[in-house]
Amino acid sequence: MDFQLTDDQVALQQGLRELLEGRFGPAQLRNAVTAEADRLPLWPELTDAGLFSLRKPERPDRRDPSEPGLGLGLAEAVLAFEEVGRALVPGPLVATELATVHAGLPAHGAAALLRTEPAARGPLLVERLPALNALLLLDTVNGEVRQVEPARLRSTGRRGVDPMSPVWELEEPFLPAEPLPGVDARRLWAEGTLLTAALQVGLASRAVATAVGYAAQRQQFGRPIGAFQAVQHLCADMLARTEPARAAVRAAAVCADAGAPAGELAVEIAGAKLLADEAAVRGARDCLQVHGGMGFTWEADVHLLLKRAWVYEGSFAGAVESSELLAAELSAAGVGHM
Amino acid sequence: MDLRDTPAEAAFRRGLRDWLGKVLPDLPPPPDPGDWPGRRSYDTGWQRRLYDAGYAGVHWPRETEEVWREASRTGVVAGRRAGGQGATPAEYLIFLEETERAGAPYVGANFVGLLHAGPTVAAEGTPEQRRRWLPGILSGAEVWCQGFSEPGAGSDLAALRTRAVRDGDDYVVTGSKLWTSHAEVADWCELLVRTDATAPRHRGISWLVLPMDAPGVTVRPLRTLAGTAEFAELFLDEVRVPVANRVGAENDGWRVTMVTLSFERGTAFAGEVVACRRALVELAGLARRNGAWGDQALRRSLGLLAARFGALWRLVQWNVSEAQAGGVPGPGASVFKLRFSEARQELYDLAAAVLGTGSLVLADGEAQGGDWTAQRLQGLSYTIAAGTSQIQRNIVAQRVLGLPKPGRA
Repeated sequence: MDFQLTDDQVALQQGLRELLEGRFGPAQLRNAVTAEADRLPLWPELTDAGLFSLRKPERPDRRDPSEPGLGLGLAEAVLAFEEVGRALVPGPLVATELATVHAGLPAHGAAALLRTEPAARGPLLVERLPALNALLLLDTVNGEVRQVEPARLRSTGRRGVDPMSPVWELEEPFLPAEPLPGVDARRLWAEGTLLTAALQVGLASRAVATAVGYAAQRQQFGRPIGAFQAVQHLCADMLARTEPARAAVRAAAVCADAGAPAGELAVEIAGAKLLADEAAVRGARDCLQVHGGMGFTWEADVHLLLKRAWVYEGSFAGAVESSELLAAELSAAGVGHM
Repeated sequence: MDLRDTPAEAAFRRGLRDWLGKVLPDLPPPPDPGDWPGRRSYDTGWQRRLYDAGYAGVHWPRETEEVWREASRTGVVAGRRAGGQGATPAEYLIFLEETERAGAPYVGANFVGLLHAGPTVAAEGTPEQRRRWLPGILSGAEVWCQGFSEPGAGSDLAALRTRAVRDGDDYVVTGSKLWTSHAEVADWCELLVRTDATAPRHRGISWLVLPMDAPGVTVRPLRTLAGTAEFAELFLDEVRVPVANRVGAENDGWRVTMVTLSFERGTAFAGEVVACRRALVELAGLARRNGAWGDQALRRSLGLLAARFGALWRLVQWNVSEAQAGGVPGPGASVFKLRFSEARQELYDLAAAVLGTGSLVLADGEAQGGDWTAQRLQGLSYTIAAGTSQIQRNIVAQRVLGLPKPGRA
């Protein structure tokens, strides 16, 4: 057993972190808030860095005309997505990765993903519709994936709660499409859930660092507010929620790469997403609290963390789905226990 | 990252599993919780079996192997070296996982010896002290207890006031200690005393080994809110402890103690994560049978708790990997302690929700609270013992996140 990252994994993570620090610092983040909705900031750089094609085989199927990938695993993908999540890069990152790996999306393209069966509560929302090359419709009941052309959908632009995640509301019915052969909707859903959890872990880490940085610098009562235990304990709890979630996300990815059975993997991924959502959403809330009045302003970046955490919490498997899946597994194990 | 066993780890696991399969069916029934002599002999009997099979002290540092060789040569132990000793941290984790899974006895009365006093003597003791005390701990021949906390020194351990005054070759020790588990049946006590009242408080403490049968030692059982006497108070009235029983230099006891505490915060609760996961599965079965499973909120809370224990196990694996690479348990230990103690309390709170009014009845049998409620009560100590959750948060905030110490502008 070895939970330590390999040298290659450390290099991958650090390379991406440096790229993002250089190309997506505070100024670029604020620019992204006001950017045109049909543009995807940083997409060419992330594509060229291999973010979307990390897991694509080095020698793809002969029938697949798209470019070869790096042939790495989910372990590397979650490390990369932690970094992108930490940097708060907007856009349909996870769906684009899944479409690149499983549905032959060409390089520099962008894709979104929507589960139609079972459907989520509320309107059918898709992020940055005008910037998309493909939309994947998932039916996880029957396991089918259909691909539709974004331009042919009837839609209305809506203001997203996250200013960096503009959304379009789609109108049903969609034009009929044939299921993609050999693409398993449940697998895409599971992998997408895990990659989203990795984004949340990165975001939660940023929340801890942002809160600690502010608490060490902001003075009240003649000392940094970080010297007060009430503030210290908020920060400690943020970290204490983040690190188990990180361990769960990485472990789930490693188990997937080692060929764990789908059922076992689903449980690992459900747990990872539940805890990563909790770490990110509560972490962003606490980060806001540590910032006091500043945290309530548009000017401070803190609200961007919380709003993105809400978007990711609502992406792929949510708390009800994951906790029911975990409960069902407990119950099945309990039957053997009687 | 690869969470699978290496070939060596797999072989260790296989060997241990085979051995557990052979010995566990032959174990005597566990004693009544109130029967202290019975508990001592049950726990030390199990330790003796571990020792004979080569699994005693698997987590102890490799350097103590030299102690073993010496001890065998001088006839202190019967020529047998523990085969598992000097195992890697990953193998120790396998040991905890497999013994818990198989339902093997808990470390019990051997806890302080194996997890506190032993590693401290191994790390800080003289060769004579190691020869004197380590074999007895490993073989289960001798039981240790801990005399650290005092009525006026809990979280602020360095405020301890039990005094030791040098008189010839002895220290004369007077004071009182609290929360001393297994004091009734212990042979030795790892004792923190103040040897210099004028020095800054962290620099006037020494670490002594107190023989529990020395004149002037009084043990009084301490009844906890669970109604049982798991702990004791220790009263010391001019007790003579030989200077030769001091481990480390005089007034260097605080540093010596920190060596001990880092062991406790490493893998001490790893086996309990496995136990909690098993209890959770059992609870789900119970909820299925009594209809509580139909309660959607309760069912989902149980699912979330399964995620918590799953992640805590992964965190243990991560901490152990770091320890293996760096030699010391990482800062993840405080994060783990904080989250585990809360999750364990949540487990037994949920058990009460599953049991309904049955949780208000202390009786045996599944229909009523029985063991679940007893565990719920006993588990209230988890956010207090071995560093309260508030102290753990201080540690995380100040030592891991680097926030300033309170009270300093």
